[in-house]
Amino acid sequence: MAMFIRVDIDEALQAETALHKRLVEVCPVDIFAVDGARLVTVEKNLDECTLCDLCIDASGDKVKVVKLYE
Amino acid sequence: MRLYEFEAKQVIAKFGVPLPKRTMARTAEEAEAAATSIGGSVVLKSQVLSGGRMKAGGVLFAETPAEAKAAATTILALTINGLEPTGVLVEERRKVVQEYYAAVTWDGRAKSPLIIFSDMGGIDIEEVAEQHPEHLSRTHFSNLRPFSDYIAKVAVSSVGVTGNELGALTRIVSALARAFLQYDMTLAEINPIARLEDGTIIALDSHMDMEEEARGSQRALLTELAISDDETRQARPPTPFEIAGGQVDASDPRGVAGRVVEFDGNLGLIIGAGGGSLTLFDAVRAAGGRAANYCEIGGNPSVGKAAALTKLVLSKPGVEKIAVMMSVVSNTRADMMARGVVLGCIEAGKDPAETIAIFRVPGSWEEEAVKILQKYHVEYVDRTVSLFEAARRAVAKLGGS
Repeated sequence: MAMFIRVDIDEALQAETALHKRLVEVCPVDIFAVDGARLVTVEKNLDECTLCDLCIDASGDKVKVVKLYE
Repeated sequence: MRLYEFEAKQVIAKFGVPLPKRTMARTAEEAEAAATSIGGSVVLKSQVLSGGRMKAGGVLFAETPAEAKAAATTILALTINGLEPTGVLVEERRKVVQEYYAAVTWDGRAKSPLIIFSDMGGIDIEEVAEQHPEHLSRTHFSNLRPFSDYIAKVAVSSVGVTGNELGALTRIVSALARAFLQYDMTLAEINPIARLEDGTIIALDSHMDMEEEARGSQRALLTELAISDDETRQARPPTPFEIAGGQVDASDPRGVAGRVVEFDGNLGLIIGAGGGSLTLFDAVRAAGGRAANYCEIGGNPSVGKAAALTKLVLSKPGVEKIAVMMSVVSNTRADMMARGVVLGCIEAGKDPAETIAIFRVPGSWEEEAVKILQKYHVEYVDRTVSLFEAARRAVAKLGGS
């Protein structure tokens, strides 16, 4: 269980499969992965999130990065 | 990375430094054959990466090959400061009239290389500097511009050497400086340089340390010296704790979190940043603290890597608390460090608030780090608190001064 960062994926994004690959590509610390037809987060990498916002920009705000320490 | 004497002599020989006839022997039989080949009186010197060889009985003299064999047998069985010799250097024994000292090293404060020369060689150079400063010269030079023999001449003549000796010694000191620059040395020393009865000047002993980071760029020299990649050349074998530190660092290519050296104190250190580790280690000692370890962390290690190093330090018996301290950092994010050390404490089953004596990592993403530390009630300080004051506060939490 990540201690510092949670990443929420808007359910609407699951239908946009073209975006899945884009999100996997843009994240510098491999937080996203494709599991079947679904975009999922990789639990062990969540705390490595650099808060770069690339995923937010790429998804059009359909991804939320939550700082658990705030 | 330290070189053995016989290797250092190979290096300076490439630059034309005159040396006695010599042969490296790995066995007593080889030493006997070397003595036969050299002829006459010989000196046999333990090839061990430690000082104090003479006092420890690692340097013996022999008049005949049979004596040389016996001496080599003694030396090869002799452990000096816990280190076993890799062999025996057999050299012709020369009668010395006068001894000189020459070294080239790096002056961190001046940020330039420095030649140290003395006409009182063969003894502890620190003692010369303290008791006979007029017999010692210090001459800085540029590591950017080509080296000039004139600089070596200034170093030698500064202690009053003149005539033929000035020329001969200048050539040796110049060669030493060129070896220092070409092979990324941190120390290149000849002690003593000897003037013989016939006026000849030769190098009798040499010590060299190469920058550890230069192993890659100096591969050709290391190959020539038959030094393999797995030879660490440390003053002692690494402890299991230190090996584990190396494994932490190797586990993730992001940043540095390792280079651990084990000590027997109770304050674990997670320290780093551009020379900050050494300063901070000194600061802990200056405050009366006892460090459990030295380490280097920086260059943006991953959270997992910082956490793994933290867990390793906390796993060391006797460690009561850790101090997380760096000088001002621009290449390491303070918030990632905060995440790493807090995570490491929690995964080690410890309360970060109780375990982290102080957190001083001023620099990039510091405001985010503060939020994390506040949530876990960890004491932190910013750059307005000096490294030494931060260290003092950490030590005080352990009941120190």
